[in-house]
Amino acid sequence: MRFVSEYRDAAACQQLAQAIERLVTRPWTIMEVCGGQTHAIVKFGLDQLLPPQVTLIHGPGCPVCVTPLEMIEKALQLAARPEVTFCSFGDMLRVPGCSQDLLAVKASGGDVRVVYSPLDAVQLARDEPDREVVFFAVGFETTAPANAMAAVQAHELGLPNFSLLVSHVLVPPAVESLLSAPDCRIEGLLAAGHVCTVMGCHEYEPLAARYHVPIVVTGFEPVDILQGVHACLRQLEEGRAEVENAYARSVRPEGNQPAQELIREVFEVVPRKWRGLGEIPRSGLGLREPYAALDAERRFGLTDTDVPEPEACLSGQVLQGLTRPMDCPAFGRECTPEHPLGATMVSSEGTCAAYYHYRRQRGLQSPRSPAEGSA
Amino acid sequence: MSDLQCPIPKRDYDRVLTAHGGGGRLMQQLLADIFFPAFANDLLGRRHDAAVLTLEGGAAGPRLAFTTDSYVIRPLFFPGGSIGHLAVYGTVNDLAMAGARPLVLSAGFILEEGFPIEELQRVVADMRDAAAAAQVQIVTGDTKVVEHGREDGLYVNTAGIGAIEHNLTIEPQSVRPGDAIILSGDIARHGIAVMSVREGLEFESAIESDCAPLAGLVGDLLAEGLQVHCLRDLTRGGLAAGVIEIAQTAGLQVHLRERDIPVRDDVLGACEILGLDPLYVANEGRCVAFVPAEQADRAVATMRSHPAGAAATVIGHVTAGADPGLVTLETVTGTSRVVDLLSGEQLPRIC
Amino acid sequence: MCLAVPGQIVETAEEGLARTARVSFGGLVKQISLAVLPEARVGDYVMVHAGFAISVVDEAEAAEVWGVLEQMAALAEEETP
Repeated sequence: MRFVSEYRDAAACQQLAQAIERLVTRPWTIMEVCGGQTHAIVKFGLDQLLPPQVTLIHGPGCPVCVTPLEMIEKALQLAARPEVTFCSFGDMLRVPGCSQDLLAVKASGGDVRVVYSPLDAVQLARDEPDREVVFFAVGFETTAPANAMAAVQAHELGLPNFSLLVSHVLVPPAVESLLSAPDCRIEGLLAAGHVCTVMGCHEYEPLAARYHVPIVVTGFEPVDILQGVHACLRQLEEGRAEVENAYARSVRPEGNQPAQELIREVFEVVPRKWRGLGEIPRSGLGLREPYAALDAERRFGLTDTDVPEPEACLSGQVLQGLTRPMDCPAFGRECTPEHPLGATMVSSEGTCAAYYHYRRQRGLQSPRSPAEGSA
Repeated sequence: MSDLQCPIPKRDYDRVLTAHGGGGRLMQQLLADIFFPAFANDLLGRRHDAAVLTLEGGAAGPRLAFTTDSYVIRPLFFPGGSIGHLAVYGTVNDLAMAGARPLVLSAGFILEEGFPIEELQRVVADMRDAAAAAQVQIVTGDTKVVEHGREDGLYVNTAGIGAIEHNLTIEPQSVRPGDAIILSGDIARHGIAVMSVREGLEFESAIESDCAPLAGLVGDLLAEGLQVHCLRDLTRGGLAAGVIEIAQTAGLQVHLRERDIPVRDDVLGACEILGLDPLYVANEGRCVAFVPAEQADRAVATMRSHPAGAAATVIGHVTAGADPGLVTLETVTGTSRVVDLLSGEQLPRIC
Repeated sequence: MCLAVPGQIVETAEEGLARTARVSFGGLVKQISLAVLPEARVGDYVMVHAGFAISVVDEAEAAEVWGVLEQMAALAEEETP
C-alpha cells in the first residue's frame, strides 16, 4: 500500500534511530498525545529503537479511554431499550460501565451495531423508519466533521428517528490541562497528526510559547513517529520550543477549512468531563441549534448520574503520563483486558492494553518495564 | 488492595457473549472452566483439532481421527463461498490437521421456521460440491426445525472420521525446539471477505474467502515422507490464535517474522481502514506446519506444488526458551513484540 | 481514535448532498464522502477517516521525507571514521 508500506521500512527506521542516538546528549521526556501513536509505538516496538535517555510517555488522546463513565452508562441504557438500534464504532463495544459493556447488552438482546462511518447509521435510520437509531458520536476533532455531517444529513432529510449521543472532546484544552499541572513531566509533545489535518497547527502555538515545550505535529506510521521524535529532540537539544509540522504530507498549517466550518455549523464548545482527568472547561463539543433536536440525551430524557470510578484504577494518572501501566498494582492482576478496571485497559489504543498485549513478560505476577526484562 | 470495585463483575460474565466464541482468551476460559473439567479424559486433554483413536492391537493398531464442528456464519453466502463450503472444509481440515485422510462426514441441520427452501438447496448443493472436492462422503445426518425467532435461518454441524495411514504422532506435544514453522499461504482473506458484505462495513473488492480443503496438501507432505510434528488450520482468531495455542500446549516459545507473513495488498487495505491486525483475522483454507528445520525447504517445495499451498513460506521457528507458551514477533521495523491472545473477536475500530 | 488511511481516488460522483468518491486502498474500493474535501480529484491520494476524506496527500512533501533521510545517512557516513 502506497504511503503505508514504505513508512514501515526497517532500514529507514534504523537510520532515524541512529540519527536520534547521535542527537541526544541528556535525558528527555516526550509525550505522544494520540492513542493511535501509542498503539503504533508499542505494536511496532518503536520505543526499543530509542536510546535509554529518551522516555516516551503516553497521553490522553484516546476517546475510548476518556469517555466518562456516566456517558458509557447512558449508552448502555439506550442500547438496552427495545425500540433503539444503537450504532457505534467498534472501539466502544468493550468499554466497561458500572456493571457491563455494550457487548453484554447485545448478548442480552439489545440491538447494537458496529458501523464504519456515522453516515452508515443515518442510512440505517432511513432503511428502518420503525427503529430509533442512535449513533454514539465520540471522538476528537478528526471525527467531528464526520459526525457533524451525519447531523446535517439527518436534519436535511428530516429523519425523525435518528439521534446522536455526543461525547466529543477537543485536544488542545486537555494538553493545556496536562502542561499546567504542577507535577508535569512533559518536556516535548508529539501532536496528533490527524487532529491537525482537520484543525491545522495554530491552536498549539500559544501552548508551545506559554509552557515552553516543542510541539511536533506527527503522523502514525513508524517512520513518521520516529521523525516526530527526532524533530522534537532536536528542538529540545537546541533549546527551542516551537510548533513544527513533521507530517506535512497530510497536515496544512491552516488545516481543513470546510471541515472546520462544518464542525462550527453543528457543534458548540462546551465543558466536558474526561475519564481520569475530571471536568475540563471548553474541552468538548455539544450540538447547537437547530441540531440540538438530534441530541439523544434530550430526546430520551437521560439525566446525569454521578458514577464513581473504581478506586484501584490509576488510569487517570496513566492518562496524564504520571504513572506507567506496569507501575499500577492492579496491572495484569485484577486488571486485564478481560476484566478492565479502567478504560486504558479496554481500548486497543489504551496505554495499559497496549502494554498488556505487546509487552507483558509472561510468568510474572508484577510485570516490569521492557528495559528491565523478566525477573 | 482487596476492596476492588471492578466495573465488570469479577466472576466473569453471567451470560455467554459473542466473544466467548471468538477464538480468543474468553473462549479458552470457557473451555477451561466449563467443558474440560466436565468431560475430562485423555483424548480431550490432547487439545488438538481432532481426537485420535487407536483401535484394537494397542499402540500399533490402525488409528482413526474424529472431530466435530458447528457453523453459524452470517451472512450464509459470502464472496468465495458459503456456509455449505465451510461446513465440509472446516471439518475435513480438522481431520487433516491430525494427519488423517478424511473418509466420511455427518451433517446436522438446525433450520428456522420460514427459512427459504431455495437457500437451503443452495447450501446443500455447495456441501455436495465441497464434499466432492475434498473426496469425502456425507453418510449420515439429522434435521431439526426451531420456531421462528431472530432470523438466523440455518445452522449446520458436521462431524467427521478420517484414517491415519502413517506412524507419526501429529499434535502440539510433538513440536520440538528448532522446528521451522511453515505457513501455507497469505492470511486474513476469509475474515475480510465475510466482513465486506456485512451491513455497515460494505466495500467493493475482489477479495474472496480462502476456504479450501487442505487434506490433499497434508497428504502430499506425508507422502513425501516428511517428519511433520504438528499441523493447525488457522480459523477463528487467525494465525495468532493458532500459533499461540500450539506454543502453550507444547510448552515452547515461538518466534515469527512479520515480513515473511504474506498479506495481499487489498486485504491489508481492508485491515488498515477497519483497524484490524491481519494476524488475528480468520482464514478457512490456511494452515501452519511444524517440521524439523532441515526439512523446511522440502516441506515448502511440497506445499508450493499443491494449489492450496502455492504461496507457502517459512514464517518462524520454535525455541525452548525461558518463557513456555510465549509467541514473539519480529516486527517489520526489526524490533520484537509479544503476540498475545485477544479477549474475543477483533472489532473494527476507527481509533 | 484517529485512524486515517491513505487511498487513491478512482472515480468521483455527485450524490445528493455532497460529492463522493470511490477510493482504492491497495485495490480494495470503498465509497467515501468528499464533503469536506471538495478539491480532491481522480488520481489523488487522500487520507480517509470514518468514511470521509480529510486531506489530499501532498506527494511533494511526502518525497521530501526520503530526501531528509538520505541526508541523515550521508551525515552518518561522514561521521564514521
